[in-house]
Amino acid sequence: MKRQNEHWLLPEGIDELLPPQAEQVEQLRRQLLDLYHSWGYQLVMPPLVEYVESLLTGTGADLDLKTFKLTDQLSGRMMGLRADMTPQVARIDAHKLCSDKPSRLCYIGNVLWTRPDGFGGSRSPLQVGAELFGHDGVASDVEVLTLMLETLKAAGLPRIHFDLGHVGIYRGLVEQAGISSEDEMVLFDALQRKALPEIESLIAELELDSDMADMLLALPSLSGDISTLDDAKNRLAKASPEVKAALENLEQIATAIASRVSEASVHIDIAELRAYHYQTGIVFAAFAPGSGTEIARGGRYNDIGRAFGRARPATGFSTDLRVLSELGSVQQAQQPTRILAPWGEDAELLALVNSLRQEGRIVIQELPGQDVDMVAMECGEVIRKTDAGWRVEKGN
Amino acid sequence: MQFDTPLTIALSKGRIYKQTMPLLKHAGIEPLDDPETSRKLILDTNHEQVKLVIIRATDVPTYVQWGAADVGVAGKDVLLEHGGEGLYEPLDLEIARCRLMVAGRYGASLEGDPLRIATKYVHSARDYFAARGQQVDIIKLYGSMELAPLVGLSDLIVDLVESGNTLKANGLEPLEHIADISSRLVINKAAWKMKHNTIMQLTDLLKQAVEQNR
Repeated sequence: MKRQNEHWLLPEGIDELLPPQAEQVEQLRRQLLDLYHSWGYQLVMPPLVEYVESLLTGTGADLDLKTFKLTDQLSGRMMGLRADMTPQVARIDAHKLCSDKPSRLCYIGNVLWTRPDGFGGSRSPLQVGAELFGHDGVASDVEVLTLMLETLKAAGLPRIHFDLGHVGIYRGLVEQAGISSEDEMVLFDALQRKALPEIESLIAELELDSDMADMLLALPSLSGDISTLDDAKNRLAKASPEVKAALENLEQIATAIASRVSEASVHIDIAELRAYHYQTGIVFAAFAPGSGTEIARGGRYNDIGRAFGRARPATGFSTDLRVLSELGSVQQAQQPTRILAPWGEDAELLALVNSLRQEGRIVIQELPGQDVDMVAMECGEVIRKTDAGWRVEKGN
Repeated sequence: MQFDTPLTIALSKGRIYKQTMPLLKHAGIEPLDDPETSRKLILDTNHEQVKLVIIRATDVPTYVQWGAADVGVAGKDVLLEHGGEGLYEPLDLEIARCRLMVAGRYGASLEGDPLRIATKYVHSARDYFAARGQQVDIIKLYGSMELAPLVGLSDLIVDLVESGNTLKANGLEPLEHIADISSRLVINKAAWKMKHNTIMQLTDLLKQAVEQNR
C-alpha cells in the first residue's frame, strides 16, 4: 500500500462539522437558546480553560481523569480544559452573581474529554444545558425536567423515556447499615451493573441484620414503571427517615412529571446512581429509540457551590447538541432556492442583490472569470438584465 | 411469551450457544437456523420480532453496551476483561462453567520479580497479581497459552481451566484459583428502560430455566 501523507488526520474522537450538518446543528442551537430565553434562563459563557482547582472542585475523580491538563506558562499553575461546564456555571452562580434570588442559567460550548465515554467515541461533545440555583424543592426539579423534555422535543426526537432515581435512598441505606467505605465501593460497582449474584454474595459477607440485608437486596429489582414506587415503599418500610424522605421526594417529582408530560414515559430505577459523588437528590436521564445509551442527564447537586464559598441548592441538566442533531429529525425549514447574480458593479444590480439578501434570500454573485452554470452553483434562479431592468428569473 | 417489541439477542458460537439454546427454548424462543451449518450472522427465530446475532464471545459486551443488541450471553471472563461498563448483568445462567487460574510447569513458583505472565486475560491477570502485591510483566496472547512456559516465553500463564486435561497433556498444572467463571445474561441499559416489560419477562423465564437445571 502506498503511503500517503497523513497530515489531514484528526485525533481520535475529535471531529468537525461540514455542510449541511453544521447548519443543522447551528439551527438547533439557536432554537434551544431561544427556548431557554423564553423560560427566563440567562446565557453564560464560561472560559475554555481554568485552573484545575476550580474546575475539579466537588466533582470527584470522574472528571479529573477526563480533563486535559496543561501548564500555564504565565503563572506556572496547572490549568484544565473544561470537561463539563456544570461546575463552571455553579462557580459563576456561587461566586460572581451572589444573589439570593433563584437564578436560572443556561450555557452551550465545546467540552473536551481525555477519553470518550459515549458511542462513536467522541471526545469533543457540544454541551448544552440549563441550571436552576437557589431553590430546594420539588418545583425546581420538575421545572428542569420539563425543560429537558422541551429540549428533546425541539430536537425532533421521537418517543422519549425518562429514567428517574434518587441518590438519597442508597446513600441513606448504606449509612443505616454502617457499611465501610471500601465495601461500599464494591457494592456500588455491583449495583450499577445490577449484578445480582455479586450483590448477594457481598451482602452475605457483610453479615448485616436480615431486615437491612433484604432492603439492600431489593434495590436492583426496584425498577419499572411508576408503580415501582409503591413496591419500594413496602420493601423499604424499615428504612431510616432519610431514606423515606428521599423516596417521598422522588414520588412527588415522578407524579408531577407523569401528569405534566403525556408524551414521555417515566421509568423509575432506584439503583441507578449517575454522578453519585456530587449529586444530592433526584438523578435523571433521558433515552430515546435509536440510541443504546442515554442522551441527556441531570439531577440535583446542592453542595457544589460550597467550595466557592456559598452552597446553593442547585438542579439542572445537560446534553450533547451534536447527538441530538444526529438522532433528531428537526424539520429543516424549506430553504428558498438560491439565486445566481452576474458579476458587475451596476448600482441597480447591487441594489437588487442587497434587497433580496435583506429579505432572507441567498444570493451568490458570480466572480469574474468564473465559468460555471446555475446548476453547478446549486442555484434555482438567476438575475438577468431585461428591458425593464434587472429581474429574477426562474430556470435557464 | 409474546413479544410486542423487537429484540436482538447476541450469542457466540460453540459452547455458549449450545448451552443457551435450552434456556431460550424455555422462554419460547427457537432459532430457525443452526449457526454451525448456516453462514448467516443474523438468525431468525419463531418470533418475527426476535433475532439472534452470532458474534465472537469477546464482542458480545461491546454489541450490548452500545445497543446493537438488546441482550446477550457473555462469559464472566469476558466481562471481567471488558469492565462491564454500561451493562447490566442481573442473571448468572450457570452454563459454560470453568475456572480462571494461574498455571505453570509442575512445581513452578509464584514468587520471582518480575514474573512474566502469558495470558489473554490481561486485566484480570494484572489485578490478581496486584492484589498479591506483585509486579508482573504481562504478555498478551490470543491462544495456545499452554505453549508459552514450555518455550520460555513466560514463567506462568493465566487461563481458563475446565477439566485441566490440556494443561496436563502439556506438562503444566493449575497453581492458583482466580475466579469461578460462568455465563451471564447481559442487558443494554437503554433496552432495560425502554423495553422493560419484555426484558423482565425474558429474564424471569430464563431464571426459571436456570433453576430447573440445578
